[in-house]
Amino acid sequence: MSSIPASAFLALALILFCIGLYGALSKRNTVIVLISIELMLNAVNINLVTFSKYGIKPSITGQIFALFAITVAAAEAAVGLAILIALYRNRKTVNIDEMDTMKH
Amino acid sequence: MMETAWIIPLFPLLSFLILLLFGRRLKEASAFVGILLTLASLVYSILVLFERFTAPTYKSEAAWLNIGDLHLTAGFEVNQLNALMLVIVSLVSCLVHTYSKGYMHGDERIPVFYAYLGLFTFAMQGLVLSPNLLQTYIFWELVGVGSFLLIGFYFYKEEAKAAAKKAFIMTRIGDVGLLIGMILLFWQTNSFEYDEIFKAVREGAISQGWITLTALLIFVGAVGKSGQFPLHTWLPDAMEGPTPVSALIHAATMVAAGVYLVAALFPLFAASKTALLTIAIIGAFTAIFAASIGLVQTDIKRVLAYSTVSQLGYMMLALGSAGYVAGVFHLMTHAFFKALLFLAAGSVIHAVHTQNIEEMGGLWKKLRLTGPLFLIGTLAISGVPLLSGFFSKDEILAAAWEGGHPILFLLAVIAAFFTAFYMFRLFFMVFTGEARSEMKHVHESPGVMTLPMIVLGVLAVISGYVNTPWFGTFLGDWLTKGNDSLGHSHVEGPGWIMIVATLVSLAGIFLAWLIYGKKSLSRDWLSGRGGALHTILYNKYYIDEFYQLTIVSLTKGMSYFLRFIDLFLVEGIVKGVAGFVQGLGKTGSKVQNGQVQTYGAMAFVGLAVLVVIFALTGGYLK
Repeated sequence: MSSIPASAFLALALILFCIGLYGALSKRNTVIVLISIELMLNAVNINLVTFSKYGIKPSITGQIFALFAITVAAAEAAVGLAILIALYRNRKTVNIDEMDTMKH
Repeated sequence: MMETAWIIPLFPLLSFLILLLFGRRLKEASAFVGILLTLASLVYSILVLFERFTAPTYKSEAAWLNIGDLHLTAGFEVNQLNALMLVIVSLVSCLVHTYSKGYMHGDERIPVFYAYLGLFTFAMQGLVLSPNLLQTYIFWELVGVGSFLLIGFYFYKEEAKAAAKKAFIMTRIGDVGLLIGMILLFWQTNSFEYDEIFKAVREGAISQGWITLTALLIFVGAVGKSGQFPLHTWLPDAMEGPTPVSALIHAATMVAAGVYLVAALFPLFAASKTALLTIAIIGAFTAIFAASIGLVQTDIKRVLAYSTVSQLGYMMLALGSAGYVAGVFHLMTHAFFKALLFLAAGSVIHAVHTQNIEEMGGLWKKLRLTGPLFLIGTLAISGVPLLSGFFSKDEILAAAWEGGHPILFLLAVIAAFFTAFYMFRLFFMVFTGEARSEMKHVHESPGVMTLPMIVLGVLAVISGYVNTPWFGTFLGDWLTKGNDSLGHSHVEGPGWIMIVATLVSLAGIFLAWLIYGKKSLSRDWLSGRGGALHTILYNKYYIDEFYQLTIVSLTKGMSYFLRFIDLFLVEGIVKGVAGFVQGLGKTGSKVQNGQVQTYGAMAFVGLAVLVVIFALTGGYLK
């Protein structure tokens, strides 16, 4: 287990985060955007767990924190999907390009 | 009366204001407003002049501006020269007003014309009443404005527009000299007052160099206004204005202003030998230069215009030879006979509707009044004995001789010969010879036009007798009374000068008669011999072309260059800055499109930039 270096985990987290960021910023389907945001959250969780194991002061706190983050993310995803369904009912679209009311 | 002399210029000003406000309603009746008000100012001027014969100089001033220790005054002064000029200006102006009633009849813009005449007269009368240089300068510029408006009266004609602009700009060039001279004088004497300046000159408070410099600079102003070489070219072009205006400009107002200024500041000029010599040389040169051009011109008004330039040269020559009286005397007689000539020329133009003397002829029998009056003016300007021009010209020649300038004297004599020749050439070509067939309906001008000419005709004959070597030098004695700095009241030249002057003018007349009257000499006899010379003279020595090639194109080139700088450099910078900011704004507004993704991308880019800067600068490690 200890043969895998911390940098590998961090690289994985980085790649996940970048994929998530790319998806969040470029996809037109709102569901995909939400999924991308989940990816970014997971990348953060990987970071938290990695540092709780390989950090300067390894402790269990990081892992607990990651569990909290997963819980909160689940709640957030539920709220996000609810908003999305409400929006879809209202505007008959999940296309993010048409959701530009923040302009005004 | 002298205490209230300031009222005199107010009459024409009133005429100007009334016509400005109610001219449209008055229509042709505006002429009466102008005539009556200038008549009032003429009567007043004559009364003032008569009072001035016995009373001393009257001067009244009031504080105008107080700036720290500087106290500027405004007021008026009635001395001999002013009183005389007032009468000349008012008289000629009044007669021109009357004459214009007939000449301008039928013109739609008569009220405007009379309004301008009023302004012009007001400016000139204000100028001659001024007791200090600053006030003089103000009225001096007003005279310029008046002439600009009147020369460009037919502004729908391109030539008139150009002539008006030319007159204004050419005289402005001279005015710059006047302004600088005025400021330098103020710097040196701490006053604009004529009296203070003369006092400083008398007491030697200014050094000789400063006197010469300021006198020459002020003379530059006079050169511009009085059409002296090299700033003379505007004067012949000013013929584009209506003929009565030409009479006014050439006789009493505009061009007389320059001579008047030199006469009014004579004590200053007299203190500098260099300045006097310069004036004399420029005057004599202008006299012969313009007279030679006048020999070959074919436009009746242009011939008269060049004769004015030439006669003004005479006046300057007189003043430059310390002949103060001679200069002022000639200014007066010239005002009368030149106004007469112009009004008569206007009458001719009115009758035949052309200005080209080649197309005229045989008008003597048809214009029963204009013809003899024109002859009187011609005789007077040619210096034929017993007429006014004879005495004043004799006075100038004597002054030039006694002033110790034999060469200038010779030039003046030759110019006198030219004058007699071209004036009689004009007379013979217009009034004698074959009548043109197309000019059958020629008729004499109405009484309102001939009356002013008769008045001037009488004056052109008798006005010389106020100052003659035979019957006393009344004018000269009076002008110089109580003021030693003005020189002698009369220069007693040798007797042969008078004989030479007479012979020369008679010779000129005889030659003109041979060629144009009797036609025993062919016209080509002269122009054929000096073909090239004739062309040069006909084209006025190419002075206009020369200015066009040098000064005008230089100015144009410079203005193109400056325009280029303005267009590409100054405007480029301004437009560049504005365009950059605008572009920035446009990009910024494009980014704010309501798309959360764009906002997110921007936030990410911002973060990335911050990280890069952080990494490059070393971050916290520093």
